[in-house]
Amino acid sequence: MFHDLKGGLSRRRVMQLGASVAGAALIPGMPNLAWAAGEPPIGTWPAGSQGDTVSVGAAVPLTGSYAAQGADELKGWELAVEHINTGHELMKKLAPKVDKGLLGKKVKLLSADSGAKPNNAVQSQQTFINDNKIIMMTGSTSSAVAVALNKFAQREKILYLAGISGSNDTTGKDCVRYGFRQNFFGQTAAAAIGPVLLKQFGKGKKAAFMTPDYTYGHTVTKSVNDYLTANGGWKMVTNQVSPLGTQDYSQYLTNIANSGADFLINVNWGRDAVLSTQQAKQFGLLPKMTLVIPYQIPFLAKEVGAEITEGVFAATDFWWTQEDQYPLAKLFVDAFKKKYGYRPEWGAENAYVSFAHWARMVSEAGTFYPPAVIKQYEKGETIPSLLGDVHYRPEDHQCIRPVVIVRGKAKKAMKNDEDFWEVLEVVPGAGVMQKPDEFGCKLGDYT
Amino acid sequence: MINWANFISQCFNGLVLGALLALISSGLTIIYGTLGVLNLAHGAMFMLGGYAGWIAYTYTESFLVAAAAGSLFVMIVGVVVERIIIRHFYTRPHEDQLLVTFGLSVVLVEAVRFAFGSLSQRVPPPAPLVGITDLGFMIYPTYRLALLGIVAVALLVLYFVLYKTRIGMIVRAGIEDSVMVDSLGINVYRVFMLVFGIGAMAAGFAGIVNAPVVSIAPDMGEAILVQTFVVVVIGGVGSFPGAIIGGLIAGEIISITSMFNPGYSYIMLFLAMTLVLVLRPHGLLGQAGRE
Repeated sequence: MFHDLKGGLSRRRVMQLGASVAGAALIPGMPNLAWAAGEPPIGTWPAGSQGDTVSVGAAVPLTGSYAAQGADELKGWELAVEHINTGHELMKKLAPKVDKGLLGKKVKLLSADSGAKPNNAVQSQQTFINDNKIIMMTGSTSSAVAVALNKFAQREKILYLAGISGSNDTTGKDCVRYGFRQNFFGQTAAAAIGPVLLKQFGKGKKAAFMTPDYTYGHTVTKSVNDYLTANGGWKMVTNQVSPLGTQDYSQYLTNIANSGADFLINVNWGRDAVLSTQQAKQFGLLPKMTLVIPYQIPFLAKEVGAEITEGVFAATDFWWTQEDQYPLAKLFVDAFKKKYGYRPEWGAENAYVSFAHWARMVSEAGTFYPPAVIKQYEKGETIPSLLGDVHYRPEDHQCIRPVVIVRGKAKKAMKNDEDFWEVLEVVPGAGVMQKPDEFGCKLGDYT
Repeated sequence: MINWANFISQCFNGLVLGALLALISSGLTIIYGTLGVLNLAHGAMFMLGGYAGWIAYTYTESFLVAAAAGSLFVMIVGVVVERIIIRHFYTRPHEDQLLVTFGLSVVLVEAVRFAFGSLSQRVPPPAPLVGITDLGFMIYPTYRLALLGIVAVALLVLYFVLYKTRIGMIVRAGIEDSVMVDSLGINVYRVFMLVFGIGAMAAGFAGIVNAPVVSIAPDMGEAILVQTFVVVVIGGVGSFPGAIIGGLIAGEIISITSMFNPGYSYIMLFLAMTLVLVLRPHGLLGQAGRE
């Protein structure tokens, strides 16, 4: 019917229609359209969304200690963009108004290697802004990068979706109006895994921590230690802080061997976690001490082998066997495996879901105008994720989402070569969150 | 208060780390001493040794074959690289040499990443060296103890080649004055090619024998390269014994500092380097005026 009409439209009729649409935009109930129309330019808006394509920029570590996790994450974004542009079934379930593109435009993903270094990440995004007028940024896999890009996003007034970022600071003291985080983090990991550890192992234990020396490591260690100390009377007997990219952990492990700890709580991440865990085994600390991984590392089990991760408790964002309980998770795992040949880790899950949520917010807001998209997030509406319903907290832009507690399977119990973890519990997000102002979040301005 | 068991363990850690650094640094220092080229691709050679050994291990499941394959492969790579690239840079400024070796290292690292991905790969130690040895006052991974011996033997072999053979004499003479060696009718270019090959092989061998300790990844050479440069500066550029002394000093500084506060390990290492540069700019065993 529309096609017939279109054929017979006179120029006068088109003008009239245009005037009514513009008028409709001013009536209550369509606030975003009205708001966006008359606003002065901000960030890359409207220049970045005037063509038939909008670009988004990812700064992701493809080299260095977090390279393997970064590559997985990048695949999650790639798949999400492909699904947005093709109107894939899963994307339609997460963001129903997406229709083979976003607001009638195709989305293009640009990416650059950050090496998990804040300076490199900011430089790449600056280049994307100058050359491609990106309308949204993402990437991290290091909270140092997430915090830097948060601040950069607020300054440039361009939306930033954190990639993997476990620091409390990302949506805590370093939160910004323009930044959003989908995944779990130190505080929620501690509050979710803490009760499991106390129930399993009891009170009054001695724990040695291994901590990477930056915001992620320090806040995760603090949250986990605070929980275990306050609720279980556990004692931190040593905290071995190492720089990102350490190769030889013998010195740290020797100190731990002499500390009298019963538990080794390893907060190291990426290749650092692989090396420190393997070397802990070489030094005989494992299995003498019980290994705990409060912030699970994609591919860790594959790299160190099930003989080390067997029986290990970890908190995570997502594990692929949840496809059995959650239909959307199954759609995701199937689509990912078909395209990339392996089952996605949680970095890819976080990447995909955060893009899907962004697409949902943009399409619901009906505009790319950043303050309108931010306000759409801040409505705090209940929206779907791969693990059931979630929402974004308006006070700190953190997604309230479940934390998944897993335990490492024995090699003989594995049903296939990627079946490393058994899901023990899916802890609802609301109960493990800190109060919105507890970590000093002040979001800043919209414009 | 010092916990003596911990102190002795840390000294041991320092010895193992130091020996490894000494081996890698000796390769770097003889290349620089002889050819005057600061080889920023040395870390990549370390990594290549690990990967070549890992591939050999995957097919043969023999650590000995892996060690031989790792070192020989990197030696061949060294010779080829010298012949095709480095040779054209002897007469060019140091900045050009730094750039070309840096570029080479990026190419090698990314080629390996392209082929094998970023995930770490494991090479298990030979069966008799798996597990832990109880030394009475402490327990220590058996393979790390063995590594100390393996590296010591490798350094002895290098020493023998450099100091007890005719080719070694020519190399050492080349370090002192390559123009004179050339004018004595010795084909100095052939010597250069060999030196580059031997230097690379030292790094490659270190890469594969260290693989059971750290498991290999494309970026593994980057961190070690920085430490190796510090060792060379402390020991004296171009000095083989200097590399060994420097390696052991660096290893001990890192380990013993970490007993008090690991965060200061590298600060102390660079502090030591700075002290050496101020008090003895040509390094502990280097000679003033040598380049």
